[in-house]
Amino acid sequence: MASKKTPEINGGSMADISFLMLIFFLMVTTMDAETGLSRRLPPMPSEDQQVQDLKVNRRNILDVKINSKDGVMAGGEVIYSDAQLEEIVVEFLTNPTDSDKLPSKKIENIEGFGEYPVSEGIISLQNDRSSSYKKYVEIQNILVKALNNIRDQFAKSNFGKVYNDLSAEEQEIVRKAIPNRISESEPKDVSKK
Amino acid sequence: MAKFLKKGGKETPGISTASLPDIVFMILMFFMVSTSMRQTDRMVNVKLPDATEVTKLERKDLSSYIYIGSPTSQYQSQFGTDSRIQLNDSFKTVEDIRHFVAAEREALSEADREFMTISLKIDEGTYMGIVTDVKQELRRCSALKIMYAARKKVVTNY
Repeated sequence: MASKKTPEINGGSMADISFLMLIFFLMVTTMDAETGLSRRLPPMPSEDQQVQDLKVNRRNILDVKINSKDGVMAGGEVIYSDAQLEEIVVEFLTNPTDSDKLPSKKIENIEGFGEYPVSEGIISLQNDRSSSYKKYVEIQNILVKALNNIRDQFAKSNFGKVYNDLSAEEQEIVRKAIPNRISESEPKDVSKK
Repeated sequence: MAKFLKKGGKETPGISTASLPDIVFMILMFFMVSTSMRQTDRMVNVKLPDATEVTKLERKDLSSYIYIGSPTSQYQSQFGTDSRIQLNDSFKTVEDIRHFVAAEREALSEADREFMTISLKIDEGTYMGIVTDVKQELRRCSALKIMYAARKKVVTNY
């Protein structure tokens, strides 16, 4: 008596089924890389609090302005190229010659590193209501790029590595030595003056 | 001669498709891992600006999205082509952001609330006026961690 074997299940349709699932996932998912420029907004001053201008020394502020025609001005100079703006920002934040026109430095004791003259400079970015968002992000990007350059330089000369390769503690030190002082200032109409 | 008259000759064997399911499953797995579920339907056109110094959003589950841009063609007859704000699945005004942020914050667990990030997906052609209004409103409801969504630009060195 021949034993009857159970027939094998046909696997031919497996490909069709998985194709169907593949198409489903292609339709319902997105692959947007979630990248962008992180910022922290300053808290809103409460209503009863007097709006008082912080007494910041004039030399410690770099005004970067974008007008309604997407023209850019930084520290009283008209900006024609990205490299020019970056150069101005780097010079402003490092103040290599200790000039009295550029920001003052304050000796601060950084934990785990020692004393370091931390720049007190603040970059204030102002824009007009009709500047384009594209230009705004472009300028923000240049400011971050300049800051990252300075941090990389500092990290290389002190730890021998670029900022991104440092350990968390070392990054903390670098962040304290070269703080991110890009201010999202109160909105102003730059053009109306 | 019968040796030479063999009929049919040697046929090329068909390519085995037995590994096809495996290959397709592999592609499927790749897509499942590398993509995320679409949460809302876009009602506005958003072409993100380029930037080189972008960082990754650390916690996707803690982020809420605000889209600003010109309405897509199917909504243009109703809402025009001016930049509009989209929250969840509808067009909203600047005043509605307050409720939106409150609702999003409520949805998170208490420990995570301070890490909530608002990702601003804004079309690059938008005027800064509306962006400034949104930023002021976010400050007012103290959602201070924001991210200007931007695409990573590949730097080419010539």
